[in-house]
Amino acid sequence: MSALDVARLKRDFPIFGREVHGKRLVFLDSAASSQKPAVVLDAMDDCYRNYYANVHRGVYTIAEEATAAMEDARRKVARFVNARRAEEIVFVRNATEAINLVAHSWARANLREGDAIVLSHMEHHANIVPWQMLAAERGVELRWIPLTDDFRLDLTGLDALLDGARLLAISAMSNVLGTMNDIRPLANAAHAHDALVLVDACQFVPHVATDVRAMDADFVAFSAHKMCGPSGVGALWARHELLEAMPPFLGGGEMIRDVRLDGFTPNDVPWKFEAGTPAIAETVGFGAAVDYLEAIGMDAVRDHEMQLTRYAIDALTDRFPESLTIYGPRDVSIRGGAVSFLFEGIHAHDISQVLDEDGVCIRAGHHCAKPLMRHLGVPATSRASFYLYNDESDVDVLVEALAKAEKFFAI
Amino acid sequence: MAGLEDLYREIILDHYRSPRNRGELPVPPAHKVEGFNPLCGDEVVLFLDVDPATQVLDDIRISGQGCSISQASTSMMSAAVKGKKLEEVARLTRAFKALMSIHESKLEGESDGSDLQAELEGVRLGDLEALQGVVKFPVRIKCATLAWNTLQQGLEEIAADG
Repeated sequence: MSALDVARLKRDFPIFGREVHGKRLVFLDSAASSQKPAVVLDAMDDCYRNYYANVHRGVYTIAEEATAAMEDARRKVARFVNARRAEEIVFVRNATEAINLVAHSWARANLREGDAIVLSHMEHHANIVPWQMLAAERGVELRWIPLTDDFRLDLTGLDALLDGARLLAISAMSNVLGTMNDIRPLANAAHAHDALVLVDACQFVPHVATDVRAMDADFVAFSAHKMCGPSGVGALWARHELLEAMPPFLGGGEMIRDVRLDGFTPNDVPWKFEAGTPAIAETVGFGAAVDYLEAIGMDAVRDHEMQLTRYAIDALTDRFPESLTIYGPRDVSIRGGAVSFLFEGIHAHDISQVLDEDGVCIRAGHHCAKPLMRHLGVPATSRASFYLYNDESDVDVLVEALAKAEKFFAI
Repeated sequence: MAGLEDLYREIILDHYRSPRNRGELPVPPAHKVEGFNPLCGDEVVLFLDVDPATQVLDDIRISGQGCSISQASTSMMSAAVKGKKLEEVARLTRAFKALMSIHESKLEGESDGSDLQAELEGVRLGDLEALQGVVKFPVRIKCATLAWNTLQQGLEEIAADG
């Protein structure tokens, strides 16, 4: 028995009313981006139709309403991740931008040649490339936490890696392996070496109740679009005193308090990091997505996804015991609902193409984690990923479609 | 609606399952060139043996990994260009690329395809025409053209070295 009434939840999402190639839409690519419930679409529509104006400087009624709605969304997002105060949430375009903000602002102000940043082999390119760019510019050393054979972080050498490090930048949940990394002990170890901790939580926040204080992280990045919200908006959470001390990221309107010909004074936190007109309606939609998830309950979401992931792993391994290999932990208590697999003799892209005929959406490729793919020794995997609107019937369609693909490409 | 059978024609699956000219050639005298398609993670490796005197592609070996379209296309290309004079290889390359993009430009309304049709005039593509179905699946066109772009790059490198 699922923790969620998925049949009812599916009806919250207008897109599940459509068909693809005459088949019911079976959407198994939420790790890339999630679908949106009508309440989120309605909230954005309401903003555009009824109170849209630029935020923060207007003194007329609808500008005040738009500003209030956006700041209300900030409070909702802050509460959702248990931030101490709303001002600890900086709205950005997405988790990638959040990480780049930290790399440009905090890291460029604080890191010197010879300093080290510790990453892991399971990071998404978004949590690799900004640091490589910094490393090339500043002579900062990048160090890598390796993986164990069971797709977890190999922490045996962690203390040596953290020696002399200024930052540990780590994923809370791998978008390829599904592996969840327990942040609190990692943060304790990093802080013992006076390193700060940045958490790439864009796969975690949508699926697991998140408490940034319990994590004891310093920076946490996530995106609205993976958690039933719109694309174009995400959040950086950081401790208030860190944000206060950090220089601005982008320069422009909104991020200033005063501008003179000879310089500027930055605005207060968090607006000092929000140059230019933000994604106003989308931020309102982000708040509505948080309301939607909170009404369902993140513990129920997590329970449901654990059950469904177990069902999927069992169904895939039972049906294709020889031909299919799953890359990721089997224990659903330490993993999320992104299930990557390799089908013997059939390229992931061909599988995805055949599955599309049956309305099944899965991702194929390197999942923006090429160092991880090299470590696994595979050029590409297929990935099915689950969310609150998926159920066992979706997994059953996936398994049947895979059987069809296997037959199609049989030698 | 384009069906799977348009994309995965039997001859394509045959080249995928049993690639022709698979292997390597000693470098030098052969020239090695690699191509990548970041979309699928496809990788094509070509070993090209060109006789500088006759300007004939005496031998070609293929290696690499990737989706069925990229690997089948590489195999079909190797069979089509092996033993051909370089000017004929260039003509085939242009013709194949034209085959891949006629439909695309028609869809986009930029061209009626007549300019590309000129490239196809008088060129016998043979089995390669089976790949025409790929144009109905626009994201896969890069898979089909990877081998040809890699070949073109390799021949340019040989010309520059020569």
